Amino acid sequence: MVNDLNWAIGGEAGDGIDSTGKIFARALSRAGRHVFTSKDFASRIRGGYTAYKVRTAVERVESVVDRLDILIALTERTIDENLDELKEGSVIIYDGEQTTMADVEVPEGMIGLEIPLNSLAEKAGGAIMRNVVALGAASEVAGFPVEYLDEALVKRFGEKGEAIVSNNREAARLGRDFVREETDYSEEFSLETTDEDYVLLNGDEAIGMAAIAAGCRFYAGYPITPATDIMEYLTGRIEAFGGAVVQAEDELSAINMALGAARAGARAMTATSGPGIDLMSETFGLVATSETPLVIANVMRSGPSTGMPTKQEQGDLNAMLYGGHGEIPRFVLAPTTIGECFDRTVEAFNLAEKYQLPVYLTADLALAVTEQTYSPERFDMEGVEIDRGKVVDPDEVEEWLDEKGRFKAHAATEDGVSPRALPGTPDAAHMTTGLEHDELGRRTEEEDVRVEQVQKRQRKVDTARDREAFDYREFGDPDAETLVISWGSNEGAMREALGMLDDRGIDVRFLSVPYIYPRPDLTDEVEAAEDVIVVECNATGQFADLIEHDTLTRVQRVMKYTGVRFKADELADEIEGAIAGERAPPEVKR
Amino acid sequence: MSSDTHFTDFKSDKQPTWCPGCGDFGTMNGMMKALAETGNDPDNTFVVAGIGCSGKIGTYMHSYALHGVHGRALPVGTGVKLANPDLEVMVAGGDGDGYSIGVGHFIHAVRRNIDITYVVMDNRIYGLTKGQASPTSRQGFETATSPDGTVEPPVNPQALALAAGGTFIAQSFSSDSQRHADLVQRAIEHDGFGFVNVYSPCVTFNDVDTYDYFRDSIVNLDETDHDPGNYEAAKDRIMDPGAEHIGVLYQNEDSVPFSEREGIDRNMADIPDGAPERADRLVREFY
Repeated sequence: MVNDLNWAIGGEAGDGIDSTGKIFARALSRAGRHVFTSKDFASRIRGGYTAYKVRTAVERVESVVDRLDILIALTERTIDENLDELKEGSVIIYDGEQTTMADVEVPEGMIGLEIPLNSLAEKAGGAIMRNVVALGAASEVAGFPVEYLDEALVKRFGEKGEAIVSNNREAARLGRDFVREETDYSEEFSLETTDEDYVLLNGDEAIGMAAIAAGCRFYAGYPITPATDIMEYLTGRIEAFGGAVVQAEDELSAINMALGAARAGARAMTATSGPGIDLMSETFGLVATSETPLVIANVMRSGPSTGMPTKQEQGDLNAMLYGGHGEIPRFVLAPTTIGECFDRTVEAFNLAEKYQLPVYLTADLALAVTEQTYSPERFDMEGVEIDRGKVVDPDEVEEWLDEKGRFKAHAATEDGVSPRALPGTPDAAHMTTGLEHDELGRRTEEEDVRVEQVQKRQRKVDTARDREAFDYREFGDPDAETLVISWGSNEGAMREALGMLDDRGIDVRFLSVPYIYPRPDLTDEVEAAEDVIVVECNATGQFADLIEHDTLTRVQRVMKYTGVRFKADELADEIEGAIAGERAPPEVKR
Repeated sequence: MSSDTHFTDFKSDKQPTWCPGCGDFGTMNGMMKALAETGNDPDNTFVVAGIGCSGKIGTYMHSYALHGVHGRALPVGTGVKLANPDLEVMVAGGDGDGYSIGVGHFIHAVRRNIDITYVVMDNRIYGLTKGQASPTSRQGFETATSPDGTVEPPVNPQALALAAGGTFIAQSFSSDSQRHADLVQRAIEHDGFGFVNVYSPCVTFNDVDTYDYFRDSIVNLDETDHDPGNYEAAKDRIMDPGAEHIGVLYQNEDSVPFSEREGIDRNMADIPDGAPERADRLVREFY
C-alpha cells in the first residue's frame, strides 16, 4: 500500500488549476491525512504552464520529493514539464477527446488513462466542471473514496448554491465511475484515512493570522507577488478586530503609512517582496532613527530587479541586513516552516515594540505560497503574549521630563530603549525626526550628542542579544562529524534528507536558524564538526558568508538558484556529494 | 481637549532658523492659531512634515510630530489619522516636497479624502538647497539649475486636487495672517482632506514671486461673488492661468471622509495583552 502519494494537476494558468488542487488538498486534510503542497506558476494571468502539486501521507510531510504518482494533464506540455518526476507506474490522466491532446504519447512504463473529461462534465451540467471530473477520476486511482471530496466541494462552491455543489459532486462521481467501469486500471494505491483534524494553510496566511493575534491593527501594502496573500488574508478579517488594511499607491506610501500608524501607537505592518524592499529602504532608515516599532515582511522571490516573480529564492538576505544608507539597527527574523511563520510573526511585533526599531520578517516564496497541514493546536492563541515595551502611562511621564518639562523621547538609557509616549498622552508631546537628534528629538550636529544617540540605538541590539533567545533548532545526530546549517524553508527538505542520508549510513547534525540578526553564535558547533555545509537558495552563499564571518572558518556551500526549492532527495545527494568533496553547482535538469 | 489653549502653546522653545522675513513664519503662526481656535491642544495634535525649509516646522511647533523623508509626509499623516481618529493631524510641506517628489501621494491622499489638513508652503523655489527651480516655478524662471529659464510650465496644484476629487481646496497668503489662519481653520473643520496652498515667499532666492508681487496680484475671493460650492465656478477660477486667488476655491459640503466610509473609528493603539477574543476562529477557518 502506497501511503506517501505525490499528485499533481497541470495546465494553463486560468484553467482553474489552483482551485482544483486546493479542493483535493483540503479533502485529504479533512480525511486526516497530512498534506504538503507546492506550486509551479508563471507570472501571467492566462496561459503559460502552471501546476499544483500535492504530497500526502499519514505521517507528517515536510517537503517535496522528486516523484509524481498521479498527474492530471490538462495540456500536453504538462507531461513534458514533469518528465523528470514521472516514474515507471505513474498514472497520467488526460482527455484524449481534446484535439490538443490527441497526439499525447504516454512515456513508456507509465499508465495513461484517457478520460473524456469534457463530455462527462457536460453530462454533469457543464464543461466547466472538467477538473472536478478529473479529480473524481484521480481520487479513484488514488484509492481515496470520492465522498471525501464532498465537503471540500461545499467549501469551494457552497456560496454558488446547492445546485452547483450537487453538479460538482456528480461530476466527481462520473470521473470515478469512468475509471471503475471503462478502463482496465487496477487499483494500486489505497489512501488510508485517520480521525485527525488538520488545518491547511500557507506561510502568508500564517503570518496574517499571527499578525491579528499579535494585535496588529494597521496594515498598508502594495500588491506584489508573492507577498500579496498577506494583504488579501488581512483584508476583511482585520476589520473584525478593529483594524484596517489600506492598499497604498506604492511601497513608499505603504511603509510611510505603516510608520504613521505605528507612531500613533498601533501595532502596524507592511509586507512586500524584494523590489518593494528597495523602494522602502529610505523610510526604513527613518523608522530606525525615529525609533518607531514596525514589522516589515519581505516575502522573497528571485531577484535582482524584477527577476522571476513567481520563483523561489533566498537572495535578499544581504539587502535586509545591510540595505539602506548609514548604519541602521534592525532585527531580521526568518521563519523556517509555515507553522513557525506564526510564532516568529508574534515575536516580531513584540521585538519591534520592546526595542523600538524595524523588524524584517522574511519568508521565502516556498514558505509563503505553499500549504501544509497542522494540528489546529499548533497555532496556540492562548499562548500569544503581547509585550508593548516601555510605553509610558500618563503618571509616569514626569520621570522622563527634562528640567524645562520637555519629554525625552530619545532618552539615552542604559539599555538603549527610551520611554515611548503614544500621541494623546498628556504633557508628553514631542517630535522626532530622521535627522540626528538629541534626547528631545530635536535636530543636532553636536559631536557628543551624535555619538551618544548612535550608541544608544545600537545598544538596543546588544540588550536584545542579552535578553532574548536568538537560538537555532537542531535535528539529526548531535555527535555527527558533518554539520549542515540552513535558514528559511530549507528546513523541511533537509529534515527529510536526514532520513535518506541515514539510510545511506551518513550521520548528519543539522541546525536550522530562524534568526539572521541578531543570530546565534555557531562557533562551537562549527569547530566541533569535520565538514560544515551551509544550504541556501541563492548563488553567492549569503548566509554561508555570515557563518564564515562569525566563526572564522571556511564552510562548504550547497546552493540552488534555479527558481525551484530544494527537494529532499536532491538535497540528500548534494550533501553526500559535498562530504565526498564532489561539489558542483546545481545542475539544471532538462 | 482644553478650551483655554492659546496659540503660543503650540510654539516650541526652539528659535526658527528660517531667513528673516521668510513666508514660513506667517504660515506656521496661522497653523498654530487655527489649531488653538479649533479647540485642539499639543497633546492631541500630530504634525507631520516633509523635507526642506517647510519640513523644519515640526521643530518649531510643540505637539506630537514626525519629520520624515522627502515627499512622504502625507502617507505618514494618513497612517497616524487612521490609527487614531481622535488625533488632529496636520501635514505640512513645501512645493517641492508635495508637488514634485510627493505628487503621487498628494493625488492619492486627496482622492482617499483622509480627514487631515494639508498645508503647503509654496514659495516656487527650492530654498534649502539654495535656489533651484521647483514644480511651481514659472516657465522661464532663471535659477541655478535653469540658467536659461525653466522650459516646463508650472504644475497647478489646485487643478490636480480638483481632478483627484478634492473636497476642500483653498489658497492663502502667509502675510495676510488673519485670513490665512481662518483658511487653515476652515480646512481643519472640513470633514475630509483640507488642502491649503499658501503663498509663502522666499526672500532669499525668489525675486519674482515676492511679497510685493502677491500684494499686487492677489484676488481675494471673499471680495468676489465666488461660491465655493459651485464646482464649475471653482474649475474656471482654478484653470485661469496666472490668477492668484486667496480664499476657498472649492468645498464639497457632502464630503465623506475615508475613515467614515471604511468604518474606522477606534484608536488602534488599544489592544489586549494577548490574542483577542474570537481569534480561535481564525484557525478554524483553515479546516
